[in-house]
Amino acid sequence: MAHLAANQDPKATHGGSTLARLAGIGVLLLGVVGAFLYLGGWFSPHELTPGRFVDEFQRVDGTYSGFRRNHAKGVCVRGFFDSNGQGTRLSKAVVFRSGRVPVIGRFSIGGGDPHASDALSDVRGLGLQFSLADGEEWRTAMINFPVFPFKDPQAFYDNLVASEPDPKTHQPDPAKGAAFLASHPETARALGIITSHAPSSGFANSTFYGLNAFRFTNADGTTTPVRWELVPVQPFEAASATGASQDKNFLFDGLIASILQHPLQWHLILTVGQPGDPTNDATIPWPEGREQVDVGTLTLDSVESEETSPARDINFDPLVLPEGITPSDDPLLSARSAIYSQSFTRRAGEKKEPSAITPAEVQK
Amino acid sequence: MSAKTATERTQFTGLMRFLHWLMAAMVLTMLGIGVAMVASLGDYHTLVSIHRPLGIGILILVVIRLVTRLSSTLPAFPPTMSPQERLAAHASEMLLYTLLFVQPLVGWGMLSAARYPIVLFGSLHLFPILPHSVVLYAFLREAHTILAYLLFLAFIAHFGAILFHTLIVRDGMLGRMVPWRVRAR
Repeated sequence: MAHLAANQDPKATHGGSTLARLAGIGVLLLGVVGAFLYLGGWFSPHELTPGRFVDEFQRVDGTYSGFRRNHAKGVCVRGFFDSNGQGTRLSKAVVFRSGRVPVIGRFSIGGGDPHASDALSDVRGLGLQFSLADGEEWRTAMINFPVFPFKDPQAFYDNLVASEPDPKTHQPDPAKGAAFLASHPETARALGIITSHAPSSGFANSTFYGLNAFRFTNADGTTTPVRWELVPVQPFEAASATGASQDKNFLFDGLIASILQHPLQWHLILTVGQPGDPTNDATIPWPEGREQVDVGTLTLDSVESEETSPARDINFDPLVLPEGITPSDDPLLSARSAIYSQSFTRRAGEKKEPSAITPAEVQK
Repeated sequence: MSAKTATERTQFTGLMRFLHWLMAAMVLTMLGIGVAMVASLGDYHTLVSIHRPLGIGILILVVIRLVTRLSSTLPAFPPTMSPQERLAAHASEMLLYTLLFVQPLVGWGMLSAARYPIVLFGSLHLFPILPHSVVLYAFLREAHTILAYLLFLAFIAHFGAILFHTLIVRDGMLGRMVPWRVRAR
Protein backbone atom coordinates (compact mmCIF):
# COMPACT_ATOMS: atom_id res chain seq x y z
CA MET A 1 0.00 0.00 0.00
CA ALA A 2 1.12 3.51 -0.73
CA HIS A 3 2.11 5.76 2.12
CA LEU A 4 1.82 9.43 1.52
CA ALA A 5 4.28 11.95 2.85
CA ALA A 6 1.90 14.89 2.80
CA ASN A 7 -0.25 15.73 5.81
CA GLN A 8 1.32 13.01 7.87
CA ASP A 9 3.58 14.91 10.20
CA PRO A 10 3.26 12.81 13.40
CA LYS A 11 3.79 15.88 15.61
CA ALA A 12 0.65 17.49 14.21
CA THR A 13 -1.56 14.86 15.84
CA HIS A 14 -0.68 16.22 19.30
CA GLY A 15 -1.98 19.73 18.60
CA GLY A 16 -5.68 20.45 19.14
CA SER A 17 -8.30 17.99 20.27
CA THR A 18 -10.27 15.94 17.78
CA LEU A 19 -13.39 17.66 19.05
CA ALA A 20 -12.07 21.10 18.17
CA ARG A 21 -11.15 19.91 14.71
CA LEU A 22 -14.59 18.36 14.25
CA ALA A 23 -16.12 21.65 15.31
CA GLY A 24 -13.90 23.37 12.75
CA ILE A 25 -15.24 21.11 10.01
CA GLY A 26 -18.78 21.89 11.11
CA VAL A 27 -18.11 25.62 11.00
CA LEU A 28 -16.58 25.34 7.49
CA LEU A 29 -19.55 23.38 6.13
CA LEU A 30 -22.06 25.72 7.76
CA GLY A 31 -20.13 28.62 6.30
CA VAL A 32 -20.52 27.23 2.79
CA VAL A 33 -24.23 26.57 3.31
CA GLY A 34 -24.64 30.06 4.80
CA ALA A 35 -22.89 31.66 1.84
CA PHE A 36 -25.30 29.96 -0.56
CA LEU A 37 -28.33 30.92 1.50
CA TYR A 38 -27.04 34.49 1.51
CA LEU A 39 -26.63 34.50 -2.28
CA GLY A 40 -30.14 33.10 -2.65
CA GLY A 41 -31.58 35.96 -0.60
CA TRP A 42 -32.73 33.87 2.39
CA PHE A 43 -31.38 36.50 4.80
CA SER A 44 -33.07 39.43 3.06
CA PRO A 45 -36.78 38.55 3.04
CA HIS A 46 -37.82 42.11 2.12
CA GLU A 47 -35.56 42.48 -0.90
CA LEU A 48 -37.50 42.74 -4.16
CA THR A 49 -37.21 39.48 -6.12
CA PRO A 50 -38.86 38.30 -9.36
CA GLY A 51 -41.06 36.00 -7.28
CA ARG A 52 -42.23 38.75 -4.91
CA PHE A 53 -42.89 41.07 -7.86
CA VAL A 54 -45.10 38.52 -9.60
CA ASP A 55 -46.85 37.75 -6.29
CA GLU A 56 -47.80 41.43 -6.16
CA PHE A 57 -49.25 41.34 -9.70
CA GLN A 58 -51.35 38.40 -8.51
CA ARG A 59 -52.49 40.27 -5.37
CA VAL A 60 -53.67 43.22 -7.47
CA ASP A 61 -55.28 41.40 -10.41
CA GLY A 62 -55.82 37.84 -9.21
CA THR A 63 -54.34 34.60 -10.56
CA TYR A 64 -55.63 33.15 -13.83
CA SER A 65 -54.37 29.68 -14.65
CA GLY A 66 -52.09 29.52 -17.66
CA PHE A 67 -52.16 33.27 -18.41
CA ARG A 68 -49.46 35.93 -18.34
CA ARG A 69 -49.39 37.77 -15.00
CA ASN A 70 -49.58 41.10 -16.81
CA HIS A 71 -50.85 41.85 -20.31
CA ALA A 72 -52.92 38.69 -19.87
CA LYS A 73 -55.49 39.43 -22.59
CA GLY A 74 -54.11 39.15 -26.08
CA VAL A 75 -54.24 37.92 -29.64
CA CYS A 76 -51.42 36.61 -31.81
CA VAL A 77 -50.18 37.77 -35.21
CA ARG A 78 -47.70 36.82 -37.90
CA GLY A 79 -45.90 38.71 -40.61
CA PHE A 80 -42.46 39.87 -41.63
CA PHE A 81 -40.02 42.73 -41.36
CA ASP A 82 -38.47 44.23 -44.50
CA SER A 83 -35.22 45.90 -43.57
CA ASN A 84 -34.01 48.69 -45.89
CA GLY A 85 -30.39 48.42 -44.75
CA GLN A 86 -30.30 51.89 -43.11
CA GLY A 87 -29.92 50.41 -39.63
CA THR A 88 -26.50 48.88 -40.38
CA ARG A 89 -24.99 52.35 -39.87
CA LEU A 90 -25.89 52.01 -36.17
CA SER A 91 -25.89 48.26 -35.52
CA LYS A 92 -24.26 45.24 -37.08
CA ALA A 93 -27.29 43.12 -36.06
CA VAL A 94 -28.25 40.82 -38.94
CA VAL A 95 -31.86 42.07 -38.72
CA PHE A 96 -30.80 45.48 -40.11
CA ARG A 97 -29.20 44.12 -43.29
CA SER A 98 -31.42 44.56 -46.35
CA GLY A 99 -33.88 41.72 -46.56
CA ARG A 100 -36.92 40.11 -45.03
CA VAL A 101 -37.19 38.23 -41.72
CA PRO A 102 -40.25 36.39 -40.41
CA VAL A 103 -41.98 37.83 -37.35
CA ILE A 104 -44.50 36.51 -34.89
CA GLY A 105 -46.11 38.68 -32.27
CA ARG A 106 -48.86 39.31 -29.81
CA PHE A 107 -51.08 42.35 -29.18
CA SER A 108 -52.28 42.76 -25.62
CA ILE A 109 -53.80 45.12 -23.11
CA GLY A 110 -52.27 45.77 -19.70
CA GLY A 111 -53.50 44.06 -16.54
CA GLY A 112 -53.61 40.54 -15.23
CA ASP A 113 -57.28 39.73 -15.96
CA PRO A 114 -57.45 37.84 -19.29
CA HIS A 115 -61.19 38.49 -19.59
CA ALA A 116 -61.20 42.20 -18.78
CA SER A 117 -63.31 44.49 -20.98
CA ASP A 118 -61.24 46.56 -23.39
CA ALA A 119 -60.96 50.24 -22.50
CA LEU A 120 -59.46 53.09 -24.48
CA SER A 121 -57.33 54.09 -21.53
CA ASP A 122 -55.77 50.62 -21.30
CA VAL A 123 -52.11 50.40 -22.07
CA ARG A 124 -51.74 48.53 -25.38
CA GLY A 125 -48.84 46.14 -25.79
CA LEU A 126 -47.11 44.57 -28.77
CA GLY A 127 -44.59 41.78 -28.30
CA LEU A 128 -42.53 40.76 -31.34
CA GLN A 129 -40.07 38.04 -32.18
CA PHE A 130 -37.84 38.50 -35.24
CA SER A 131 -36.26 35.23 -36.42
CA LEU A 132 -32.97 36.16 -38.07
CA ALA A 133 -31.36 34.25 -40.92
CA ASP A 134 -28.36 33.13 -38.83
CA GLY A 135 -30.60 31.58 -36.17
CA GLU A 136 -30.41 34.56 -33.81
CA GLU A 137 -33.55 36.17 -32.42
CA TRP A 138 -34.63 39.64 -31.50
CA ARG A 139 -37.54 39.98 -29.12
CA THR A 140 -39.12 43.18 -27.94
CA ALA A 141 -42.15 44.06 -25.86
CA MET A 142 -43.49 47.54 -26.58
CA ILE A 143 -46.40 49.67 -25.38
CA ASN A 144 -48.30 52.63 -26.81
CA PHE A 145 -46.95 55.05 -24.15
CA PRO A 146 -44.10 57.31 -25.25
CA VAL A 147 -42.50 57.08 -21.78
CA PHE A 148 -42.80 54.57 -18.95
CA PRO A 149 -44.46 55.75 -15.72
CA PHE A 150 -41.84 54.17 -13.41
CA LYS A 151 -38.12 54.77 -13.35
CA ASP A 152 -37.09 51.56 -11.60
CA PRO A 153 -38.55 48.23 -10.46
CA GLN A 154 -39.05 49.45 -6.88
CA ALA A 155 -41.25 52.34 -8.05
CA PHE A 156 -43.30 49.96 -10.24
CA TYR A 157 -43.69 47.59 -7.28
CA ASP A 158 -44.64 50.37 -4.85
CA ASN A 159 -47.29 51.54 -7.31
CA LEU A 160 -48.68 47.98 -7.52
CA VAL A 161 -48.86 47.86 -3.72
CA ALA A 162 -50.68 51.22 -3.72
CA SER A 163 -53.21 49.87 -6.23
CA GLU A 164 -54.08 46.68 -4.32
CA PRO A 165 -57.85 46.43 -3.98
CA ASP A 166 -59.16 47.30 -0.53
CA PRO A 167 -60.62 44.14 1.08
CA LYS A 168 -63.89 45.99 1.92
CA THR A 169 -64.54 48.13 -1.17
CA HIS A 170 -62.70 45.85 -3.67
CA GLN A 171 -61.38 49.08 -5.16
CA PRO A 172 -57.91 50.62 -4.85
CA ASP A 173 -57.62 53.22 -2.10
CA PRO A 174 -57.33 56.63 -3.87
CA ALA A 175 -55.37 58.04 -0.92
CA LYS A 176 -52.64 55.45 -1.47
CA GLY A 177 -52.43 56.28 -5.17
CA ALA A 178 -52.17 59.99 -4.37
CA ALA A 179 -49.45 59.32 -1.79
CA PHE A 180 -47.49 57.32 -4.35
CA LEU A 181 -47.68 60.14 -6.90
CA ALA A 182 -46.67 62.70 -4.31
CA SER A 183 -43.53 60.75 -3.51
CA HIS A 184 -42.75 59.97 -7.18
CA PRO A 185 -42.69 63.27 -9.11
CA GLU A 186 -41.10 61.50 -12.11
CA THR A 187 -44.23 59.33 -12.39
CA ALA A 188 -46.49 62.40 -12.25
CA ARG A 189 -44.39 64.03 -15.02
CA ALA A 190 -44.46 60.86 -17.15
CA LEU A 191 -48.22 60.52 -16.75
CA GLY A 192 -48.55 64.13 -17.90
CA ILE A 193 -46.70 63.25 -21.11
CA ILE A 194 -48.71 60.05 -21.58
CA THR A 195 -52.11 61.72 -21.14
CA SER A 196 -51.16 64.57 -23.49
CA HIS A 197 -51.14 61.99 -26.32
CA ALA A 198 -54.77 61.11 -27.02
CA PRO A 199 -55.13 57.36 -27.63
CA SER A 200 -55.87 56.30 -31.19
CA SER A 201 -59.01 54.37 -32.14
CA GLY A 202 -57.34 50.96 -32.05
CA PHE A 203 -54.28 48.77 -32.15
CA ALA A 204 -53.77 49.20 -35.90
CA ASN A 205 -53.14 52.95 -35.74
CA SER A 206 -51.23 52.98 -32.46
CA THR A 207 -47.58 53.91 -32.22
CA PHE A 208 -45.64 51.40 -30.10
CA TYR A 209 -42.54 52.45 -28.19
CA GLY A 210 -39.59 50.32 -27.08
CA LEU A 211 -39.35 52.64 -24.02
CA ASN A 212 -35.94 51.63 -22.72
CA ALA A 213 -32.70 52.77 -24.31
CA PHE A 214 -30.41 50.16 -25.83
CA ARG A 215 -26.83 50.28 -27.04
CA PHE A 216 -26.34 49.71 -30.77
CA THR A 217 -22.86 48.70 -31.97
CA ASN A 218 -21.99 48.84 -35.67
CA ALA A 219 -19.38 46.91 -37.67
CA ASP A 220 -16.76 49.60 -36.91
CA GLY A 221 -17.28 49.01 -33.18
CA THR A 222 -18.98 52.37 -32.59
CA THR A 223 -21.67 52.19 -29.91
CA THR A 224 -24.64 54.58 -29.86
CA PRO A 225 -27.60 54.83 -27.46
CA VAL A 226 -30.84 54.14 -29.35
CA ARG A 227 -34.55 54.05 -28.60
CA TRP A 228 -37.03 52.68 -31.11
CA GLU A 229 -40.69 52.97 -31.99
CA LEU A 230 -43.12 51.48 -34.49
CA VAL A 231 -45.04 54.21 -36.33
CA PRO A 232 -48.22 53.00 -38.02
CA VAL A 233 -48.82 53.41 -41.75
CA GLN A 234 -52.55 53.26 -40.91
CA PRO A 235 -53.70 56.88 -40.41
CA PHE A 236 -54.30 58.16 -36.88
CA GLU A 237 -57.92 58.40 -35.90
CA ALA A 238 -58.88 59.81 -32.54
CA ALA A 239 -60.50 57.33 -30.22
CA SER A 240 -63.55 59.42 -29.42
CA ALA A 241 -64.68 59.41 -33.07
CA THR A 242 -65.40 55.68 -33.06
CA GLY A 243 -67.51 55.07 -29.97
CA ALA A 244 -67.45 51.30 -30.53
CA SER A 245 -66.84 50.56 -26.87
CA GLN A 246 -70.06 48.56 -26.38
CA ASP A 247 -68.25 45.35 -27.31
CA LYS A 248 -66.04 44.15 -24.47
CA ASN A 249 -63.42 43.06 -27.01
CA PHE A 250 -63.73 46.12 -29.25
CA LEU A 251 -59.98 46.80 -29.43
CA PHE A 252 -59.19 43.21 -30.40
CA ASP A 253 -62.20 42.86 -32.72
CA GLY A 254 -61.15 46.08 -34.47
CA LEU A 255 -57.64 44.71 -34.96
CA ILE A 256 -58.94 41.38 -36.29
CA ALA A 257 -61.32 43.09 -38.73
CA SER A 258 -58.65 45.39 -40.12
CA ILE A 259 -55.96 42.72 -40.45
CA LEU A 260 -58.41 40.42 -42.28
CA GLN A 261 -59.16 43.31 -44.64
CA HIS A 262 -55.55 44.21 -45.47
CA PRO A 263 -52.09 43.68 -43.98
CA LEU A 264 -51.12 46.23 -41.31
CA GLN A 265 -47.82 48.07 -41.50
CA TRP A 266 -45.54 50.03 -39.22
CA HIS A 267 -42.23 51.80 -39.84
CA LEU A 268 -39.48 50.86 -37.41
CA ILE A 269 -37.92 54.18 -36.42
CA LEU A 270 -34.67 54.37 -34.47
CA THR A 271 -34.03 57.51 -32.43
CA VAL A 272 -30.32 58.22 -32.06
CA GLY A 273 -29.30 59.45 -28.62
CA GLN A 274 -26.71 62.15 -28.04
CA PRO A 275 -24.14 62.22 -25.26
CA GLY A 276 -25.94 63.27 -22.10
CA ASP A 277 -29.33 61.87 -23.11
CA PRO A 278 -30.56 59.76 -20.20
CA THR A 279 -30.34 56.03 -20.95
CA ASN A 280 -31.15 54.87 -17.41
CA ASP A 281 -34.55 56.51 -16.97
CA ALA A 282 -37.49 55.48 -19.16
CA THR A 283 -39.73 58.17 -17.60
CA ILE A 284 -37.82 60.92 -19.42
CA PRO A 285 -38.23 61.48 -23.18
CA TRP A 286 -35.15 62.42 -25.17
CA PRO A 287 -35.06 66.04 -26.37
CA GLU A 288 -36.95 66.98 -29.51
CA GLY A 289 -35.02 66.98 -32.76
CA ARG A 290 -32.93 63.87 -32.20
CA GLU A 291 -32.02 62.15 -35.46
CA GLN A 292 -34.52 59.47 -36.47
CA VAL A 293 -33.72 56.66 -38.90
CA ASP A 294 -36.42 54.65 -40.67
CA VAL A 295 -34.85 51.18 -40.86
CA GLY A 296 -37.66 49.18 -42.41
CA THR A 297 -41.28 48.15 -42.46
CA LEU A 298 -43.10 45.64 -40.28
CA THR A 299 -46.04 43.95 -42.01
CA LEU A 300 -48.53 41.89 -40.02
CA ASP A 301 -50.80 39.92 -42.32
CA SER A 302 -52.40 37.19 -40.24
CA VAL A 303 -54.08 36.97 -36.87
CA GLU A 304 -54.99 34.00 -34.69
CA SER A 305 -56.21 33.18 -31.22
CA GLU A 306 -53.65 32.53 -28.51
CA GLU A 307 -55.03 29.02 -28.34
CA THR A 308 -53.62 28.07 -31.73
CA SER A 309 -50.53 30.28 -31.92
CA PRO A 310 -47.02 29.45 -30.73
CA ALA A 311 -46.77 33.10 -29.61
CA ARG A 312 -48.83 32.29 -26.52
CA ASP A 313 -45.94 30.18 -25.27
CA ILE A 314 -43.19 32.66 -26.09
CA ASN A 315 -41.73 34.95 -23.49
CA PHE A 316 -41.26 38.33 -25.19
CA ASP A 317 -38.22 38.97 -23.03
CA PRO A 318 -36.79 42.36 -24.07
CA LEU A 319 -33.26 41.11 -23.44
CA VAL A 320 -33.36 38.44 -26.12
CA LEU A 321 -31.16 40.51 -28.41
CA PRO A 322 -29.05 39.79 -31.50
CA GLU A 323 -25.33 40.53 -31.63
CA GLY A 324 -25.12 44.29 -32.28
CA ILE A 325 -27.73 45.34 -29.67
CA THR A 326 -26.97 45.31 -25.93
CA PRO A 327 -28.91 46.57 -22.92
CA SER A 328 -28.32 50.11 -21.64
CA ASP A 329 -27.85 50.93 -17.95
CA ASP A 330 -31.64 51.23 -17.52
CA PRO A 331 -32.47 49.26 -14.32
CA LEU A 332 -35.85 48.28 -15.77
CA LEU A 333 -34.31 46.05 -18.43
CA SER A 334 -32.78 43.30 -16.31
CA ALA A 335 -35.82 43.45 -14.00
CA ARG A 336 -38.22 43.05 -16.94
CA SER A 337 -36.23 40.04 -18.12
CA ALA A 338 -36.29 38.45 -14.64
CA ILE A 339 -39.98 39.14 -14.00
CA TYR A 340 -41.17 38.03 -17.47
CA SER A 341 -39.23 34.83 -16.92
CA GLN A 342 -40.88 34.28 -13.53
CA SER A 343 -44.33 34.88 -15.04
CA PHE A 344 -43.49 32.52 -17.92
CA THR A 345 -42.33 29.75 -15.59
CA ARG A 346 -45.46 30.03 -13.43
CA ARG A 347 -47.92 29.90 -16.33
CA ALA A 348 -45.98 27.20 -18.19
CA GLY A 349 -46.87 24.63 -15.57
CA GLU A 350 -50.52 25.60 -15.21
CA LYS A 351 -53.62 24.24 -16.92
CA LYS A 352 -54.51 26.37 -19.96
CA GLU A 353 -57.92 28.08 -19.88
CA PRO A 354 -59.58 29.44 -23.05
CA SER A 355 -58.52 32.93 -24.09
CA ALA A 356 -61.10 35.73 -24.31
CA ILE A 357 -60.23 36.06 -27.99
CA THR A 358 -61.19 32.55 -29.12
CA PRO A 359 -60.42 30.96 -32.49
CA ALA A 360 -64.09 31.58 -33.42
CA GLU A 361 -63.73 35.28 -32.55
CA VAL A 362 -60.82 35.56 -34.98
CA GLN A 363 -62.79 33.98 -37.86
CA LYS A 364 -65.88 36.18 -37.50
CA MET B 1 -16.76 2.23 -12.35
CA SER B 2 -14.01 -0.34 -12.33
CA ALA B 3 -10.98 1.19 -10.67
CA LYS B 4 -7.73 0.33 -12.28
CA THR B 5 -5.27 0.76 -9.46
CA ALA B 6 -1.51 0.65 -9.53
CA THR B 7 0.34 0.31 -6.26
CA GLU B 8 3.03 2.76 -7.36
CA ARG B 9 0.55 5.57 -8.18
CA THR B 10 -0.02 7.89 -5.22
CA GLN B 11 -1.91 10.65 -7.02
CA PHE B 12 -4.47 11.06 -9.75
CA THR B 13 -2.85 11.97 -13.08
CA GLY B 14 -1.99 15.62 -13.69
CA LEU B 15 -4.83 15.98 -16.19
CA MET B 16 -7.36 14.49 -13.76
CA ARG B 17 -6.23 16.78 -10.95
CA PHE B 18 -6.36 19.80 -13.28
CA LEU B 19 -9.89 18.89 -14.44
CA HIS B 20 -10.98 18.28 -10.84
CA TRP B 21 -9.98 21.72 -9.56
CA LEU B 22 -11.06 23.57 -12.68
CA MET B 23 -14.48 21.95 -12.52
CA ALA B 24 -14.71 22.42 -8.75
CA ALA B 25 -14.30 26.18 -9.27
CA MET B 26 -16.75 26.21 -12.19
CA VAL B 27 -19.42 24.14 -10.44
CA LEU B 28 -19.26 26.17 -7.21
CA THR B 29 -19.47 29.40 -9.25
CA MET B 30 -22.38 27.92 -11.17
CA LEU B 31 -24.29 26.93 -8.04
CA GLY B 32 -23.71 30.41 -6.59
CA ILE B 33 -24.84 32.13 -9.79
CA GLY B 34 -27.86 29.86 -10.05
CA VAL B 35 -29.14 30.50 -6.55
CA ALA B 36 -28.43 34.26 -6.84
CA MET B 37 -29.97 34.85 -10.26
CA VAL B 38 -33.39 33.43 -9.46
CA ALA B 39 -33.63 35.96 -6.60
CA SER B 40 -32.17 38.90 -8.49
CA LEU B 41 -33.74 41.70 -10.52
CA GLY B 42 -30.80 44.00 -11.22
CA ASP B 43 -28.15 41.34 -11.86
CA TYR B 44 -30.44 38.76 -13.45
CA HIS B 45 -29.43 39.39 -17.05
CA THR B 46 -25.68 39.44 -16.36
CA LEU B 47 -25.88 36.27 -14.26
CA VAL B 48 -27.98 34.38 -16.84
CA SER B 49 -25.53 35.45 -19.55
CA ILE B 50 -22.71 33.79 -17.60
CA HIS B 51 -24.79 30.81 -16.47
CA ARG B 52 -25.52 29.51 -19.99
CA PRO B 53 -21.96 29.28 -21.44
CA LEU B 54 -20.54 28.15 -18.09
CA GLY B 55 -23.05 25.30 -17.96
CA ILE B 56 -22.19 24.19 -21.49
CA GLY B 57 -18.49 24.42 -20.52
CA ILE B 58 -19.15 22.06 -17.61
CA LEU B 59 -21.00 19.66 -19.93
CA ILE B 60 -18.02 19.51 -22.31
CA LEU B 61 -15.51 19.14 -19.47
CA VAL B 62 -17.44 16.38 -17.71
CA VAL B 63 -17.38 14.30 -20.90
CA ILE B 64 -13.61 14.83 -21.27
CA ARG B 65 -13.21 14.03 -17.60
CA LEU B 66 -15.20 10.80 -17.77
CA VAL B 67 -13.10 9.58 -20.71
CA THR B 68 -9.94 10.53 -18.81
CA ARG B 69 -11.21 8.83 -15.66
CA LEU B 70 -11.95 5.57 -17.47
CA SER B 71 -8.63 5.48 -19.29
CA SER B 72 -6.29 6.43 -16.42
CA THR B 73 -4.75 4.37 -13.66
CA LEU B 74 -5.98 5.56 -10.29
CA PRO B 75 -4.18 5.90 -6.96
CA ALA B 76 -5.19 3.39 -4.30
CA PHE B 77 -7.56 4.35 -1.49
CA PRO B 78 -5.76 4.92 1.82
CA PRO B 79 -5.66 1.77 3.98
CA THR B 80 -7.72 3.60 6.61
CA MET B 81 -10.85 3.20 4.47
CA SER B 82 -13.18 0.32 5.21
CA PRO B 83 -14.84 -1.57 2.35
CA GLN B 84 -18.10 0.26 3.17
CA GLU B 85 -16.36 3.62 2.93
CA ARG B 86 -14.83 2.65 -0.39
CA LEU B 87 -18.25 1.65 -1.68
CA ALA B 88 -19.68 4.98 -0.50
CA ALA B 89 -16.81 6.85 -2.17
CA HIS B 90 -17.46 5.05 -5.46
CA ALA B 91 -21.20 5.66 -5.25
CA SER B 92 -20.78 9.37 -4.50
CA GLU B 93 -18.29 9.70 -7.35
CA MET B 94 -20.80 8.13 -9.73
CA LEU B 95 -23.55 10.41 -8.39
CA LEU B 96 -21.40 13.49 -8.96
CA TYR B 97 -20.50 12.47 -12.51
CA THR B 98 -24.16 11.77 -13.27
CA LEU B 99 -25.34 15.10 -11.85
CA LEU B 100 -22.60 17.06 -13.62
CA PHE B 101 -23.65 15.48 -16.92
CA VAL B 102 -27.44 15.59 -16.49
CA GLN B 103 -27.78 19.08 -14.98
CA PRO B 104 -26.40 21.04 -18.00
CA LEU B 105 -28.40 18.81 -20.37
CA VAL B 106 -31.59 19.60 -18.43
CA GLY B 107 -30.69 23.31 -18.63
CA TRP B 108 -30.17 23.08 -22.39
CA GLY B 109 -33.33 21.03 -22.76
CA MET B 110 -35.49 23.39 -20.71
CA LEU B 111 -34.37 26.44 -22.74
CA SER B 112 -35.12 24.45 -25.90
CA ALA B 113 -38.61 23.52 -24.70
CA ALA B 114 -39.29 27.17 -23.74
CA ARG B 115 -38.13 28.24 -27.20
CA TYR B 116 -35.52 30.58 -25.70
CA PRO B 117 -32.50 31.10 -27.93
CA ILE B 118 -29.53 29.32 -26.33
CA VAL B 119 -26.96 32.08 -26.70
CA LEU B 120 -23.37 31.37 -25.63
CA PHE B 121 -21.36 34.41 -26.75
CA GLY B 122 -22.35 37.14 -29.20
CA SER B 123 -24.13 35.52 -32.13
CA LEU B 124 -22.90 32.02 -31.17
CA HIS B 125 -25.83 29.91 -30.08
CA LEU B 126 -26.77 26.26 -29.72
CA PHE B 127 -29.53 24.42 -31.54
CA PRO B 128 -32.62 23.34 -29.54
CA ILE B 129 -32.59 19.71 -28.41
CA LEU B 130 -36.32 19.48 -27.60
CA PRO B 131 -39.54 20.67 -29.28
CA HIS B 132 -41.35 23.82 -28.13
CA SER B 133 -43.53 22.70 -25.21
CA VAL B 134 -44.22 24.75 -22.11
CA VAL B 135 -45.41 21.63 -20.26
CA LEU B 136 -42.02 20.04 -20.89
CA TYR B 137 -40.34 23.32 -19.91
CA ALA B 138 -42.25 23.48 -16.61
CA PHE B 139 -41.16 19.91 -15.75
CA LEU B 140 -37.51 20.46 -16.68
CA ARG B 141 -37.36 23.85 -14.94
CA GLU B 142 -38.49 22.14 -11.71
CA ALA B 143 -36.01 19.31 -12.29
CA HIS B 144 -33.21 21.85 -12.79
CA THR B 145 -33.85 23.28 -9.31
CA ILE B 146 -34.06 19.85 -7.64
CA LEU B 147 -30.88 18.65 -9.37
CA ALA B 148 -29.10 21.85 -8.30
CA TYR B 149 -29.96 21.20 -4.65
CA LEU B 150 -28.87 17.57 -5.02
CA LEU B 151 -25.59 18.70 -6.55
CA PHE B 152 -25.07 21.13 -3.70
CA LEU B 153 -25.75 18.41 -1.11
CA ALA B 154 -23.39 16.02 -2.92
CA PHE B 155 -20.73 18.74 -2.86
CA ILE B 156 -21.22 19.32 0.88
CA ALA B 157 -20.91 15.56 1.54
CA HIS B 158 -17.77 15.37 -0.62
CA PHE B 159 -16.23 18.44 1.06
CA GLY B 160 -17.16 17.14 4.53
CA ALA B 161 -15.68 13.71 3.83
CA ILE B 162 -12.34 15.07 2.62
CA LEU B 163 -12.16 17.48 5.58
CA PHE B 164 -12.82 14.53 7.91
CA HIS B 165 -10.06 12.45 6.29
CA THR B 166 -7.62 15.35 6.27
CA LEU B 167 -8.23 16.77 9.75
CA ILE B 168 -9.46 13.81 11.81
CA VAL B 169 -8.27 10.55 10.22
CA ARG B 170 -5.16 12.24 8.79
CA ASP B 171 -4.55 9.57 6.21
CA GLY B 172 -3.29 11.97 3.54
CA MET B 173 -6.24 11.31 1.28
CA LEU B 174 -6.23 14.89 0.04
CA GLY B 175 -2.71 14.33 -1.28
CA ARG B 176 -4.16 12.15 -4.03
CA MET B 177 -5.87 15.17 -5.59
CA VAL B 178 -3.81 18.25 -4.60
CA PRO B 179 -2.58 20.25 -7.61
CA TRP B 180 1.08 19.90 -6.65
CA ARG B 181 3.23 16.76 -6.78
CA VAL B 182 3.20 14.51 -3.73
CA ARG B 183 5.84 11.78 -3.78
CA ALA B 184 5.46 8.36 -2.23
CA ARG B 185 7.59 7.58 0.76
